[in-house]
Amino acid sequence: MPEAAFAQTPAAVLKLKGLQAWYNESHILHGVDLDVREGELVTLLGRNGAGKTTTLKSIMGIVGKRSGSITFHDRELIHLSIDRIARLGVALCPEERAIFASLSVKENLFLPPEIAKTGAMTADRIFTLFPNLRERLSSGGGKLSGGEQQMLAIARILRTGARFLMLDEPTEGLAPVIIQQIGRTIAELKREGFTILLVEQNFRFAATIADRFFVMGHGRIIDAFANSELPGKMDMLHEALGV
Amino acid sequence: MSVRLEAPAIAADATARDRRANAIAFAVMVGLIVLAPFVAYPFFIMQALCFALFACAFNLLIGYVNLLSLGHAMFLGLASYVCAHAAKVWGLEPVSAIALGVAASAALGVVTGALAIRSIGIYFAMITVAFSQMVYFFCVEAPFTHGEDGIQAVPQGRALGLFDLSNPWILYVFVAIVFLFGFLAVQRTVNSPFGEILKAIRENEPRVISLGYRSMQYKLAAFSLSAAIAGLAGATKAIVAQNASLTDVSFAMSGEVVLMTLVGGMGTFYGPVIGAFIVVSMQNYLAQYGEWVTVIQGVVFVACVLVFRRGIVGELAARARISL
Amino acid sequence: MNVFGHVISWPQLYGQLLIGLINGSFYALLSLGLAVIFGMLTIVNFAHGAFYMMGAFGAYFLLKLAGLDYWWALILSPFAIGAIGAIVERLFLKRLVGLDPLYSLLLTFGLALIFQGLFQNFFGASGLPYAIPKQLSGAYNLGFMFLPVYRGWVIVASMVVSFGTWLVIEKTKLGAYLRAATENPTMVRAFGINVPRMVTLTYGFGVALAAFAGVLAAPINQVRPGMGADIIAVVFAVVVIGGMGSIMGSILTGFVLGVVEGLTKVFYPEASNTVVFVIMAIVLLIRPAGLFGRAS
Repeated sequence: MPEAAFAQTPAAVLKLKGLQAWYNESHILHGVDLDVREGELVTLLGRNGAGKTTTLKSIMGIVGKRSGSITFHDRELIHLSIDRIARLGVALCPEERAIFASLSVKENLFLPPEIAKTGAMTADRIFTLFPNLRERLSSGGGKLSGGEQQMLAIARILRTGARFLMLDEPTEGLAPVIIQQIGRTIAELKREGFTILLVEQNFRFAATIADRFFVMGHGRIIDAFANSELPGKMDMLHEALGV
Repeated sequence: MSVRLEAPAIAADATARDRRANAIAFAVMVGLIVLAPFVAYPFFIMQALCFALFACAFNLLIGYVNLLSLGHAMFLGLASYVCAHAAKVWGLEPVSAIALGVAASAALGVVTGALAIRSIGIYFAMITVAFSQMVYFFCVEAPFTHGEDGIQAVPQGRALGLFDLSNPWILYVFVAIVFLFGFLAVQRTVNSPFGEILKAIRENEPRVISLGYRSMQYKLAAFSLSAAIAGLAGATKAIVAQNASLTDVSFAMSGEVVLMTLVGGMGTFYGPVIGAFIVVSMQNYLAQYGEWVTVIQGVVFVACVLVFRRGIVGELAARARISL
Repeated sequence: MNVFGHVISWPQLYGQLLIGLINGSFYALLSLGLAVIFGMLTIVNFAHGAFYMMGAFGAYFLLKLAGLDYWWALILSPFAIGAIGAIVERLFLKRLVGLDPLYSLLLTFGLALIFQGLFQNFFGASGLPYAIPKQLSGAYNLGFMFLPVYRGWVIVASMVVSFGTWLVIEKTKLGAYLRAATENPTMVRAFGINVPRMVTLTYGFGVALAAFAGVLAAPINQVRPGMGADIIAVVFAVVVIGGMGSIMGSILTGFVLGVVEGLTKVFYPEASNTVVFVIMAIVLLIRPAGLFGRAS
C-alpha cells in the first residue's frame, strides 16, 4: 500500500478508501485509495479518462452513485449531499471553472456563502493575490479571459472559510505567463496553510509546488510518491501519462 | 419503447416477434371492432373510434417525433365544423364533406406547424396551446360555426351517393373503415423510411441534420399529417354525431387526447386506441358525477406521469419484450 | 375619430386603454411567475391558471370563513397558495427531476384539471361576488376621464410587485443565487447552498405571484373556477412573445400586450380576442426565441 511509505506525519484531512463511482451505467472509479494531510499539496496525475476529475467530483458528492469511504476530518462523506459536504469545508474549483455568465464578477466572487467564521480570506487579501479582479468587478462573468476566469474561480472559494481546496487543472489552456502566476498563487495558498488536492496533466508545473503525487490509471491509484522521489519516477510517468 | 442494446441476431429475432405480435394485435383489434356493436351501443363505439383515431394522430407526434402538441383539438374541431357546414349548408355527400374537413385541418397544420416546429419541447407545447386558443376564438366568432349553438342536425347522407349512412349498420361499417384507414396510415408512416428519419430526429436531431436531412421539413410533414388525420377523426365524428360544437375545439379536448395517449402508451400503435376507449368510457359512465370526471382525469394524469409513464400497452410490450 | 369604419370617442379609447392596462397587469404578474418558475425548474407550470383562480378563492374563503378582509387576503392568500405550490413541488415535481421536462408539464396539466374540477364541483361555473374594499371604492376625476380607484390600485400594485421581483432577482444576493442556480445548479450546491430547497421555494414564490394576481382580480372579475383557464392561454402567448429568457421581458410584454388588446377592442373589436395570438405568430416568424429571449 502506498500510504505505508509516509506513515508518520500530520493527521490526514481527507482519506479515500476503496472509492468507487459511476456515471449513469458506466463504472468510472474502481477503488481509489488516497490521503491528504493537513497543510499538504497533493497532486493527482494521470491521462485523460483516468478518473482524476471523477475523484474530485466524488469527494464533492457530484456523481450519480458512489461507494467505499471518504472521510474528511474523520467524518464520513459518502452519504452526504453536495451542499452538506461543502458546508464542512470542502471547496471545488472545477475544470470548466463554472463562472456564472449572468452574474457580474463581483457577484461571482461574493456568491459562495461563508461556511466558517475563521480561516476565510478577506476581500483585500484576495485582491492582493489577484489584482486584475479588482479592476473587473463590475464586468459580466461571461466577459472574462480564460486566465481571469481561472483566477476568479480560485478567488471565489478562498472567501468562504473552506480550508481544503480541490483544484481541477487550473493551468489548462492558459498562456505560460498566466500559468506562472497561478503557480505562485497556489504556492502562496499552501504557505498560508490551505490543504490542497490538485489535479494536473502538466506534471512539470505540479513538480514545482506539490509535496506528494498520486498517479491514476483506469479508475485506480497506480503509484504514489513524494516530490523528492520524482526524478526516479520520470520513466514511469512518461509511460503512465504518455508524455 | 423497443429494446435497443441487443445483439443483431436477437434483434432480428425480435423484429420477427414484433411483426407476429403486431399481426396478432391487429387481428384482435379488427375482431373486436366487428363484434363490438353486438355487445355495446354502436353509437358509443363509433364515437370512441373517432377519438381513437384522433389519439393515433396525436401519438404520431409525441410518440415518434417527441413533439407534445397541446392544441390538437384545433384540428379535430376545425375539420368537424368544415365537414358539418359542407354537408349541411352546401349539401355535399359525406365523403366529400369529410375530405374538405381533412383539407382544412391539413392546411391549418401546415400554417401553424411552420411556425411552431421551429421550437421544441415545452416551448412548442405552449405555442400549440396559443394557436388552438386562437382557433377556438375564431370558431366562437365566425358566423358559419353558430357560436355557442354549434352546427346541429348535420345530414348523414349517402356516402359517394351509394351508401346510406343514416342506416346505423352502414354507418358503423363506414366509420370502421375510416378508422382502420387512418390507423394503418399512421402505422405505415412510422414504419416507412420517412418514419425512420422521424425517429432519428427524436433521438438526435443535430446528427440527422449533419447527415444532410432537412429535419424541419420532416417535422413539418409529420405535423401536417398528424393534423390531417386528426381532421379525419373530427370530420367523421361530425357525421356520426350529426353536429359540430365548440367542445371539439376546446382546450379541454386537447388535454383529453393527451390523456388517452398517455394512459394507453405513448409511442405504441395500440396504446392510443385503448386509451381512447378507456377515457371515453370513463366519461360516459361517470357523466352523472359532473365535474368529478375532470378531477378523476386529473388524478389519472398525475398517476400516469408519476408511476405509469409507459402506459398500458407500453408496459405490456416492455414486459413481453416486444414492440407494439 | 373614424377608423376602419368604426366611430370612436375619446372616452371610449381611454376606457379601453385602462382595461388594457388592467389586463396587462394580470398578464405581467402571471407571465412573471411563469418566467421565475421556468428559470429555476425549466418547466412550464400549466397549473398556473389554477393557482391564480385559487388565489381569488383564497380571498373569498378568508372573508367568508374567517372574516378577514381584502388587505389580509392580499398577504395570506398568496402565502397559503404558495405553500400549496411548495408542497406540490416537494411531493410531485421533485420526483420528475432528470426526466424529459414534458413529463412535469403533463403533471402540472393534470394538477390543473384536479384543482379546477374540484372548485367547479363545489362552486359551479358561475361567479361569486367579492366586494371592492371600501378604502379603494369610488373614482378619481382625471379631467379627461373617471378612473375607478380600485383599477388604479391594481395597476400600481402589479407594477410594484413585478418591478420589485425584478429588483430582487437582478440586484440582490438572493437573486444572484437564483440566477446562478438557473445557470449551474450543481456548482451552486457545491458552494454549500441547499439548491433543492431553493427550487421548492422558487416554485412556491411563482405560484404565490399567481395567487396575488388572483386576489387582485377577485373584486374585478368575480371569483370563478374557470377564471384561470380563461386567461392562461393568453398568458402563454405573452410568454412566447416576450421570450422565456427574461424577467423584465415578461413584465413589459405583459403590460404592452394588455394595452394592445385594449386598443384592438376600440379599433377592431372582432379581433380583440385573437390579436395576441396573431402577434405571437408574427413574432415567431421574425424572432423564434421571442422579443427578449436568447436564441438557443
